[in-house]
Amino acid sequence: MESYVKDSNLSSITSQVNSDGSLQLNIAGRLDSNTTGKIWRQAKNEVEKNSPRNLVIDASGINYCDGAGIALLFELQLHQQKAGKEIEIRGLANEFQQLLDQFKAGEFIEAEVEVPGPSNIFEKVGRSTLDILQDFKANISFLGEVMVSLFYAMLHPRSVRWKDFLITSELIGVNAFSIVALVCFLIGLVMAFQSAIPMQQYGAQLFVANLIVIAMFKELGPLMTAWVVNGRSASAFAAELGTMKVNEEIDALTTMGLEPVRFLVVPRVLAALVMIPILTIFGNLFGLIGGLVVMLSLGFSVVTYVNQITSAATYVMLLAGLIKSVVFAFIIGGVGCMEGLRTKTGASAVGDSTTSAVVVGLVMIIFVDGVFGVIYYFLGI
Amino acid sequence: MSGDKEPIIRVENFTAAYGDNVIIDNISFEVYRGEVFVILGGSGCGKSTVLKHMIGLYEPAAGKILIDGEDIAASSGEDRLKILKKIGVAYQSGALFGSMTILENLRLSLEEYTDLSPDAMDLISLMKLKLVGLSGSEHKMPSELSGGMQKRAALARAMALDPFILFLDEPSAGLDPITSAELDQLILRLARSLKITFVVVTHELPSIYTIADRVIMLDKRVKGIVATGKPQDLRDHSDNPWVRQFFNREVESEVAA
Ligand SMILES: Nc1ncnc2c1ncn2[C@@H]1O[C@H](COP(=O)(O)OP(=O)(O)O)[C@@H](O)[C@H]1O
Ligand SMILES: [Mg+2]
Repeated sequence: MESYVKDSNLSSITSQVNSDGSLQLNIAGRLDSNTTGKIWRQAKNEVEKNSPRNLVIDASGINYCDGAGIALLFELQLHQQKAGKEIEIRGLANEFQQLLDQFKAGEFIEAEVEVPGPSNIFEKVGRSTLDILQDFKANISFLGEVMVSLFYAMLHPRSVRWKDFLITSELIGVNAFSIVALVCFLIGLVMAFQSAIPMQQYGAQLFVANLIVIAMFKELGPLMTAWVVNGRSASAFAAELGTMKVNEEIDALTTMGLEPVRFLVVPRVLAALVMIPILTIFGNLFGLIGGLVVMLSLGFSVVTYVNQITSAATYVMLLAGLIKSVVFAFIIGGVGCMEGLRTKTGASAVGDSTTSAVVVGLVMIIFVDGVFGVIYYFLGI
Repeated sequence: MSGDKEPIIRVENFTAAYGDNVIIDNISFEVYRGEVFVILGGSGCGKSTVLKHMIGLYEPAAGKILIDGEDIAASSGEDRLKILKKIGVAYQSGALFGSMTILENLRLSLEEYTDLSPDAMDLISLMKLKLVGLSGSEHKMPSELSGGMQKRAALARAMALDPFILFLDEPSAGLDPITSAELDQLILRLARSLKITFVVVTHELPSIYTIADRVIMLDKRVKGIVATGKPQDLRDHSDNPWVRQFFNREVESEVAA
């Protein structure tokens, strides 16, 4: 520690104005990464204060000079050159001069010109708006491409990679079953419990059953299932395809004439389209079971509950929910794969893709759910 | 080494850019049927970029690339597939499909494009693996192979459909000298016996002298070609000192080593 403190006193800088009007800086001692900072500030100060036409650096006193010191000398050269003024470095020991000579001021000045200037707030807002619009356009056209490929796959079932489909189905469906069941069970339970208390005031506790079945079938069953699967599988798709992109595997597929959309996206989206509605049915069921637990504890019998449910529920209701879940499935599969295929290069790229797959998926699911709400309202469902 | 010099790939006034960032500015060259054509240059000068445009992964910002007379970037559907079946690509990173075994990687394009029996596909795949010295690794996953083995497996996969143009992006980077020399011999054998055209991106001077019929040298500063010709000629007679230096320096160090 002591040597460190001492180091910073090992170098010195003094300035003088010569008779010919030039500014002279006498730099001496040891210029290394510990000592240069102080000298740098002082030197810049002097130069900026005087903005000399001619700057003379007397470097004869420098007995050690590493990269930091060279950078200081170079910075002074750059500064003078950019301002169209002169600089002369005197007495720099030969070995340091060689280090300095590796850098040409021209290269650095040019490089700086290439950097676009700082943008103002309007430009930034405009740019990001454009980005969002372009993103949106890209999303839509990608999902359109997936749709076309799905139709093609239906007409040519032999072109589908069924092995991939089965593996993905297991991943989306079988492995997600327990968590979907648990989440929907708890939702049914909590909803029944929370609504039972106000309903009690009107002596309408039995109608908790109606509430549960309508809410689950039309809204919460499809939605909760979609959320769970989105969190599990959209991210998995994005990670898998993103890694393939980074490893040039997507390029390899393309040059083998195997369209990534047909080859990778179609089996995954198909698996989502098949498994998510099935999961939704189970989710509905477990939501009702959650409601049942509360109803039993309120003193109703299973038969009463089931009767109440069957009188309240309609097939249309169930179907309306399932149609929604099919659309959700398309979003989950499509967005997950899309974000994966769009992965850029670099270590954090795959992580970015998985994050945005989940977020974009969630937002689109909620948005579409709202649209369905309006449509179903007008259809009277 | 064909005497007739029939061009199989023509690159005409080709410019490559990522967004506004121009990497290659207006270059033209031809690759002749049956030759081993080497693209070299410092890292980041755009060698892979040129290669990826030649195989149709990106569209040129300007100009045209014709493979066997057809514009790959402008093609689509069946036409594109026809061009793609003529070429094989071994990527810089190998790009083996990580979820498949080596054998499955090789079989993939056979399954997609031929009506061979499964046994025949296996046999063809195993023979390709033998060619690159990877017999016995067919049931391994790519992650179980070393980097050099992955590259050779990628070359075997690129040859699965017996394409008549093979593109190799830095095939010997990261290989030990012996394996690298074997790879050179393999390339030469395939080029001479099967008349396969090779487009190879590489830095390895020994390998360039062994395999290259012609080279082009790219340079970042001019965003284009600084030299074209036979490596020996460039070494001895190039009027660009930098090019001479590149070819000679390595020879010196080779002698020293
Ligand atoms: N996908 C890409 N997007 C944007 N820039 C890229 C991309 N790929 C390469 N580049 C840039 O293009 C230049 C040339 O890259 P590349 O062709 O990979 O060089 P080489 O293969 O000669 O080392 C580099 O500056 C690199 O940063
Ligand atoms: Mg490269």
